[in-house]
Amino acid sequence: MPTADIAGVTVDVNEEGYLTDPSQWTKPVGEAIAAELGIAPMTEGHWKLIDFLQKDYAAQGQMPTIRRVKNAGGIPIKELYELYPGGPLKKASKIAGLPKPASCV
Amino acid sequence: MKQLVILGAGTAGTMMANHLVRKLDKQEWALTIVDEHKTHYYQPGFLFIPFGTYTEQDVCKPKTKFIPKGVTHVDAGIDQVKPDANEVLLKNGNTLPYDILIIATGSKIVPDETQGMLGDGWRRDIFDFYTIEGATALRDRLKEWKGGKLVIHLNEMPIKCPVAPLEFTLLAEAFLTQQGTRDATEIHYLSPLSEAFTKHNCSVVLGGMLTDKKITFVPDFQCERIDAANKKIVSYDEREVEYDLLVTIPTNMGDDCMARSGLGDDLNFVPTDKHTLQSKAHANIFAIGDATNLPSSKAGSVAHFQADVLTENIQRFIAGKPLEPGFDGHANCFIESGYNKAFLIDFNYDVEPVEGAFPLPVVGPFKLLKETWINHMGKLAFRWIYWNMLLKGIPMPGITTKMSLVGKKINKQKGA
Ligand SMILES: Cc1cc2nc3c(=O)[nH]c(=O)nc-3n(C[C@H](O)[C@H](O)[C@H](O)COP(=O)(O)OP(=O)(O)OC[C@H]3O[C@@H](n4cnc5c(N)ncnc54)[C@H](O)[C@@H]3O)c2cc1C
Repeated sequence: MPTADIAGVTVDVNEEGYLTDPSQWTKPVGEAIAAELGIAPMTEGHWKLIDFLQKDYAAQGQMPTIRRVKNAGGIPIKELYELYPGGPLKKASKIAGLPKPASCV
Repeated sequence: MKQLVILGAGTAGTMMANHLVRKLDKQEWALTIVDEHKTHYYQPGFLFIPFGTYTEQDVCKPKTKFIPKGVTHVDAGIDQVKPDANEVLLKNGNTLPYDILIIATGSKIVPDETQGMLGDGWRRDIFDFYTIEGATALRDRLKEWKGGKLVIHLNEMPIKCPVAPLEFTLLAEAFLTQQGTRDATEIHYLSPLSEAFTKHNCSVVLGGMLTDKKITFVPDFQCERIDAANKKIVSYDEREVEYDLLVTIPTNMGDDCMARSGLGDDLNFVPTDKHTLQSKAHANIFAIGDATNLPSSKAGSVAHFQADVLTENIQRFIAGKPLEPGFDGHANCFIESGYNKAFLIDFNYDVEPVEGAFPLPVVGPFKLLKETWINHMGKLAFRWIYWNMLLKGIPMPGITTKMSLVGKKINKQKGA
């Protein structure tokens, strides 16, 4: 299992750099990953999505879809693309310390 | 008498009726199946209709032909399930009480989910091929095609038969070449995914084919709306793609009756245990086929594997035994690639599509993840198998419910 040093902590990651243990996540880790992805500073709007993803993942045991972020998280899709250009869920889940959303099937 | 009710007499519901009528004690259990449509469609055949390979007659048969004796067929719409009362309310006002309920109401396209899709452009220059009406209208449109910009568009995952949009793209390329209009046609394939397919191994092979055939792949395209007046499709990140002919796979959803019943998720799919097929909300409700929220492919072949597991689990449930976590996500799909060739892929929840031979190790005759003529013949033979074996629940020699790893080149795998 590869590890990475992010914001001064050693975390377990997969080959694409997604955290494999959500409990190792801290806000500074999230911020550091965001900066790497070119998203800085993290505004309140950015954190709103991260917060929703983390809560929903904990409750449902799987990553929400964009549709669910819109319906259950109340965040318009257009806004997601403005906050996280070019693949909102892929980027936000990495920042949130969660698995990459499987488009599965 | 105890009542077992099956909702939906499509691929999965019909298979369950055929399995259970043989397994359940007729003195004790009455079986009922409900559906509002009289025609059973061989949906995989819809793919071939736009190119004139199949006609309507090839893909339509009366539902009653496949519902076995000993099962009561109710020809009515389902309004909703009342899980707390253990009954189904029909659109005609009747109710059906049940002891065990099997949900097999499938999935369908909902073009209305995308702004601008339904409207003046619909079936004029915007078509689907996931319905008989769409497939035949598209056939008529393709007959008069002289060239221009053909855009194939996948709106949102999950969809039933996730390989179908790529197959359509490759078949269209071959069709236009045969018609002599390929040089005058630009082909674009738009997908919300980052790769050509949901399985990486497959994406590499199929993505390479798109490049070879000079088909432009546009990844990460999350469609916001269609501007039908100006024939443009627009993404949330404000990319615009113009089209002369748009072939779209609209959002797929479970039936509204699941939403009315409080049994569906955001897309009206029923939250279901991915190994036992029991619904998450109620012990005596099971779900199968496209109607579930399982992370397996929505395909007839998958429903076939699920039917074996569910038949076992219904019997266990009746006997008060623990359910068997027998479904491994096994899917087995032919992928038509044009010019009388096809691929075949075999995968499950944990193992990605790999190379090898199927169904018999080494011997085949089908080759996994390779483009061959014999795979194409397999795809065509599937129609006969579907009508004559699959729906009737007759086992297919050599094909096992769980994915077999024998004779396959398994390398490092990761779950999807
Ligand atoms: C273009 C295309 C190509 C495909 N290609 C392949 C392929 O190559 N291989 C493969 O394995 N699969 C393929 N599939 C997928 C396959 O057809 C489906 O996965 C399969 O039919 C699912 O079976 P099901 O019983 O879950 O749903 P369905 O067969 O769709 O049945 C659902 C039934 O429920 C009924 N119903 C729903 N709601 C109500 C209601 N409220 N009241 C009454 N009745 C209701 C419907 O009338 C219908 O009869 C393809 C599908 C399409 C569209």
